[in-house]
Amino acid sequence: MKIHEYQAKGLLKGYGIPIQDGVTIEDLAQAEAAIDAVNKEHGAEQYVIKAQIHAGGRGKGGGVKFSSSREAALENIKKILGMTLVTHQTGAEGRLVKKVMVGEALDIKQEFYAAITLDRSKGMDVFMVSSEGGMEIEEVARTSPEKIIREAIVPGFGLRGFQARNLAAALGLEGQAAKQAVGMFQKLYKLYRELDCSIVEINPLVVTEQGNLVALDAKINFDDNALFLHPEIAQMRDLDEEDPAEVEAAKYHLNYIKLDGTVGCMVNGAGLAMSTMDIIKQVGGSPANFLDVGGGANVETVKNGFRIILSDPNVKAVLINIFGGIVRCDRIANGIIEAVKELDLNVPVVVRLAGTNADVAKELLAKSDVSIISADSFEDAAQKVVHAAKG
Amino acid sequence: MSILVNKDSKIIVQGITGSEGSFHATQCLEYGKNVVGGVTPGKGGQTALDGAVPVFNSCQEAREKVGANVSLIFVPPPFAADAIMEAAAAGIELIVCITEGIPVAQMVEVKAYVATTGSRFIGPNCPGILTPGEAKVGIMPGFIAKRGSVGVISKSGTLTYEAVHQLCAEGLGQSTCIGIGGDPIIGTTMLDLLKMFEADPETDAVVMIGEIGGSMEIEAAQFAKDHITKPVIGFIAGQTAPPGRRMGHAGAIVSGADESAAAKKKLMAECGLIVVESPADIGRTVKAALK
Repeated sequence: MKIHEYQAKGLLKGYGIPIQDGVTIEDLAQAEAAIDAVNKEHGAEQYVIKAQIHAGGRGKGGGVKFSSSREAALENIKKILGMTLVTHQTGAEGRLVKKVMVGEALDIKQEFYAAITLDRSKGMDVFMVSSEGGMEIEEVARTSPEKIIREAIVPGFGLRGFQARNLAAALGLEGQAAKQAVGMFQKLYKLYRELDCSIVEINPLVVTEQGNLVALDAKINFDDNALFLHPEIAQMRDLDEEDPAEVEAAKYHLNYIKLDGTVGCMVNGAGLAMSTMDIIKQVGGSPANFLDVGGGANVETVKNGFRIILSDPNVKAVLINIFGGIVRCDRIANGIIEAVKELDLNVPVVVRLAGTNADVAKELLAKSDVSIISADSFEDAAQKVVHAAKG
Repeated sequence: MSILVNKDSKIIVQGITGSEGSFHATQCLEYGKNVVGGVTPGKGGQTALDGAVPVFNSCQEAREKVGANVSLIFVPPPFAADAIMEAAAAGIELIVCITEGIPVAQMVEVKAYVATTGSRFIGPNCPGILTPGEAKVGIMPGFIAKRGSVGVISKSGTLTYEAVHQLCAEGLGQSTCIGIGGDPIIGTTMLDLLKMFEADPETDAVVMIGEIGGSMEIEAAQFAKDHITKPVIGFIAGQTAPPGRRMGHAGAIVSGADESAAAKKKLMAECGLIVVESPADIGRTVKAALK
């Protein structure tokens, strides 16, 4: 799960980590009060207005504006709040900005990068820093990987003091700033572990002209599997930032991801679902979605799956590919028959059922009066559905 | 021969009194006749599976009383990490965890702990292990497989069934099929199993079904280049997956250029693996490789 910058900064603050502070608003009517509050509470006379969306690259897209005065801040809030922000992570359609953060502007001397995430191949968390702050870290990793310094965290031991000192030294920090960095890095790891984060990224982490270390931006993602341990974090979810069809699907325990093709897919199991998308592409079509109906597929899941797939107007045909293990194909067949009757489908449906009770299922489909294109193999199914989609 | 499990395995099921646990334990017992008990804390002394097997309070007790050496875990996510550690602490040789949804940070710690014991751990979030005709430790449908000489390693569940189905259609049976799980942290890697299949005299070829995300397929392929003599047939699911989106499995997410399907397939081919482009060609490709 992702959260906004202002929410991430709130969590950092709770762990005693210095942040670029501010006030977040959703309504233009709150703008003046927000600027006044930032002025009063943080002594700011200059401001930074930052769009709050779940995507990187906000600055380049025009969603972050320095404002040298109260008037400029007000002007920038008007510009950003309600704009459709397009960044390299939002896609061409962009994202509507519904919240902006009015932040204190800081005098920056140096910018760094700091992040914690899981190193899957080592099976350990890794704390990374780089002197190349503010840049896209993927770019740094590609062009000058030696500039990213890593400390692996031994499971159960946390980020040790010597490791934090190594990281601070790698950034060339000395004296007061080094001391602040050691404390901050250890608190950051504590937050990461205690809240079951999947990534904590501070980019940039800055040293101000006054010599203080401050998190200027903050990105935190959480492990979805662990949200049951953190109800207060789960509440931070912003459904406005997610695809409505994906949110709807999750209500029915369906795993749906919208793509931009024309062939809708309904499959059991993530690996088979991905492969189904792949084979559609290989035979000349394009998948409209990823949809895993999971291990407990029944009449209801099939119906809901159909509704969600067909909510996408680009879908020209649907492929159902079920390999019955625990799931019985005859039950799936009944679900398909019921759904087709009930939902008044106007696109061709290709069905391929294999595994448990597949023969019974095929008979059920053949005997029913619903119009379904039956397929025998994986390949046959893909060819038939792509053909049907091209109509 | 086979790897990991056979007819002599003595299997216990942790969480045997739950609905998932009892359903699948029954299937495993019917398949291999080698489920010897179950563990549910507080229910020791009762029986499960219609009186067929005893229930114990702990893995330690199950090991002492019925000589359990394999544990199959169906315990719900909040308690699963603890169940894995309990089995390892009791000296159970092979632990297979089916449970989906265990917090990743807990798995990091569990994996580090299990490494200090002598146990081998498979999963979590996996379909388990099937040695056709001998033992089923998990949820794979037994009837789709038949005994033979192809080893199957997979990150997926139903895609494994698809591969097994294709192999059987080509007249090829399997020595052992293992679903290793689609989570970011798993107990046993593709590389670990590749080494075991290389050492297994019954296995003539290995099918390795990977997916986007992580670097496990690459590590296995790089090792195979110089150390594996048997043909390895590789497939990577997710060539159409957009970067940065989690495709069902928590681990199936492209977070760097080298985690894409195209990059993995390229490297696998460079390491001398036989790469299958279409998921419909897995069976045919293995057949050709064995000629």
